[in-house]
Amino acid sequence: MQTTNPPLLSLTGIQKTFPDCIANDAIDLDVQSGQIHALLGENGAGKSTLVKIIYGVLRPDQGNIRWNGVDVQIANPAQARELGIGMVFQHFSLFEALTTLENIALALPHEDHDKLRDRLVKTGEVYGLALQPDRHVHELSMGERQRIEIVRCLLQDPKLLILDEPTSVLTPQETETMFETLRKLAAESRAILYISHKLEEVRSLCDKATILREGRRVDDCIPSTETVRSLAEKMIGKRVKSVKKQLVTQQKPVSLRVSSLATRSHQPYGVDLSDVQLEVRGGEILGIAGIAGNGQIELMDALSGEAGSPVAGKIEILGVEATHLDTNERRNLGAAFVPEERIGQAAVANMTLIENSFLTAATRMKFVRNGLIDWGAVSGFTQNIVRNFDVRTTGVSALANSLSGGNLQKFIVGREILQEPRLLIVSQPTWGVDAGAAAAIHEKIQLLVNTGAAVLIISQDLDEIFLLCDWIAVISQGTLSTTTRVTEITPEDVGLLMGVRHTQQKKTEYATA
Amino acid sequence: MLRLEPRSTQSLWAAWLSPMLALTLTAVTGGFIFLAMGKDPGIVLYIYFIEPLTSASGLSEVAVKAGPLVLIGIGLSFGFRAGIWNIGAEGQYIAGAIAGGGLAVYWYESTSSLLLPAMLLTGILGGMAWAAIPALLKTRFNANEILVSLMLVYVAELLLIHLVQGPWRNPMGWGFPGTRMFPDAATMPLLFTGKRVHLGNTLILVAPFVAWLLLARTQFGFQIRLFGLAPLAARHAGVPGQRMVWQSLLIGGGLAGLAGVIEATSTIGQLIPDISPGYGFTAIIVAFLGRLHPIGVLLAGIAIAVTYIGGEGAQISARLPSAVTGLFQGIILFYLLAFDLFTRYKIVIPARQEARQ
Repeated sequence: MQTTNPPLLSLTGIQKTFPDCIANDAIDLDVQSGQIHALLGENGAGKSTLVKIIYGVLRPDQGNIRWNGVDVQIANPAQARELGIGMVFQHFSLFEALTTLENIALALPHEDHDKLRDRLVKTGEVYGLALQPDRHVHELSMGERQRIEIVRCLLQDPKLLILDEPTSVLTPQETETMFETLRKLAAESRAILYISHKLEEVRSLCDKATILREGRRVDDCIPSTETVRSLAEKMIGKRVKSVKKQLVTQQKPVSLRVSSLATRSHQPYGVDLSDVQLEVRGGEILGIAGIAGNGQIELMDALSGEAGSPVAGKIEILGVEATHLDTNERRNLGAAFVPEERIGQAAVANMTLIENSFLTAATRMKFVRNGLIDWGAVSGFTQNIVRNFDVRTTGVSALANSLSGGNLQKFIVGREILQEPRLLIVSQPTWGVDAGAAAAIHEKIQLLVNTGAAVLIISQDLDEIFLLCDWIAVISQGTLSTTTRVTEITPEDVGLLMGVRHTQQKKTEYATA
Repeated sequence: MLRLEPRSTQSLWAAWLSPMLALTLTAVTGGFIFLAMGKDPGIVLYIYFIEPLTSASGLSEVAVKAGPLVLIGIGLSFGFRAGIWNIGAEGQYIAGAIAGGGLAVYWYESTSSLLLPAMLLTGILGGMAWAAIPALLKTRFNANEILVSLMLVYVAELLLIHLVQGPWRNPMGWGFPGTRMFPDAATMPLLFTGKRVHLGNTLILVAPFVAWLLLARTQFGFQIRLFGLAPLAARHAGVPGQRMVWQSLLIGGGLAGLAGVIEATSTIGQLIPDISPGYGFTAIIVAFLGRLHPIGVLLAGIAIAVTYIGGEGAQISARLPSAVTGLFQGIILFYLLAFDLFTRYKIVIPARQEARQ
């Protein structure tokens, strides 16, 4: 039946070229009213460019956009909104110091505040998007913030709602709630364009999927009739390699032991850690799951020594008390660190790869001789990284900001692993990285572990944790749950642990919560 | 409307072309100004930019002016690279002159060959001490080093005036502000008889090379650059932030102090209120014109020195006001900043957007 109507949105031959790449190459896309349509692809496949064209942020070099069967030019987002296109971006555009109501009022400047309050509460009720208009955004969870963004769109009554990677910051429970909302919206014969690289989600939620790879449309399919594996192969374009985990036969000694760690944050909306306990043994990977902003950054800084001394507790690295050691002293003990911020912390945008190698490898690799830096040796080390970790670059003298996100992360992880650490602490190892690079990074981490090193992974990506880790703990509001074997816990249990404060003595807290 | 968008790549080529273009356009603009003043722009520009380089005495004068500018500019470039905005080099220059010159005031009859080296050393220490104040206030109380270092310029100037009019005034100086003339043992040897260029000026050949070696080849230089480019990455690399603030300010202050005492012991030969024609401020232009690169600073220092000497020549032979020198330096900085903007940003004319307005 639907096929007889003209599609709500129809793109033909969309072409968009940037100076260094073809982001969209002759892409066709039809979105029908009442359907949840997935736009599936790796990072860099051209999904974001395409939706920016639809939303009027970018203009196509070539191609045609039809809306309800009529040719349109979408010059800017305001015009897109007038047509009835709403968009929720991956990175929220909310002011943390303002309330929910104030944030929404900013988008609708001509509305009376009291009327607006009623409307947003009502809209929220209808779609199961409960909002508290007068709470400040900084107090809200990522799921709640996203609800604000969605309600803000819905108040403008869009015919087409575009969501860019909406679940990347949500717990499994929050994700399920959002899916119900989206199904309700589709039942009102609105169209939803759902951008994701999470295959399981697309399979359970979407009526149709368009798969992009390297800027081209490779396939249209009905996701529910596909398997995760077949979708992944279409998306990545080659057979997906799975990482082999080596069975730990004998317990190795503890490489990292943290006891009763407490820190005080100096940031405005920072999180204080309290009573954090954890242990990682050689040959094992501990994954720390949790929603962003629950103390992950603070934990990373405390473990790397970048935050200075903690207010209480003890950190032992490879058997040595390291609580008051600085970052390089910890590196010299055999630890290596990959922080979450790639550009600006792990690497410097305007420095070459060679200089970026020196950044963390200077002391452990002994690159300074007689007071002078041996740039030749650093360059050799960098070439090793590029070769062993398949970093796509024009050369070791390229600036770090010339690399794509995935390649830069391969470089950073490679830089740490090639220093042969006995303890590797990684935060968000594959966040925002394309699937190919993510698989490569996972493989290298697993290889390092197979040599007997201990690894701690802090990640928002539950799939990643369940794929890689032997043990799992959940961080929430600056507290850490007890550590559990991954085989003895389900993602749903982990989801429940993400919302509560943990006292490690009472393991069963979440069951009664 | 026009919009500025950051460029995705910045070429090294453009970074070095921009000061060249700035100098060229300054000359062109200057030409129009001279024309408007009723002078022949060709002749004045020749006096300004070429004549100083055509005679031995002209070259000697250029070296005398470039000496302090390059020395201070190199010191400042360390701080600017580290993101520490010391703009009080003028005060550190004066503090260095006071600290070093004080020795010659006290031992005014000395013939010891140790006097001059001792003065240079105390001059460096004086400049460092003056720069240590913003360093201390910044690391202790997070006080803004721009304001603190700038305000200390005026403190140093007033201190100098107080000293040369009061306790250190030349008893045989008929009441003019100024100390006794320094003894021979406290005077920089001249390089050539009859020319003012002196031993201290040879530092402009040594300092850029040492600075380059420090910045490009040592861990300290790497840390300075890292700290300025990405403070969080510096922390990740284990760079002690407070020490970077101290070191970059002390280097800037020490070199400015050295420049100050060299000036006092050479061309001036005493302490007077007008010991600096604004070298400490002009060196900021020199540092940026030279892209904060030691060799670039050397070239920029020479270029700016030429405008000083050319300005003097233009006053004498073309009867132009002395303000023209400052005008030229201002125009250079203006063009440099403008071109720098375009090496980092491009102008975008939004297409067909106005249909919606």
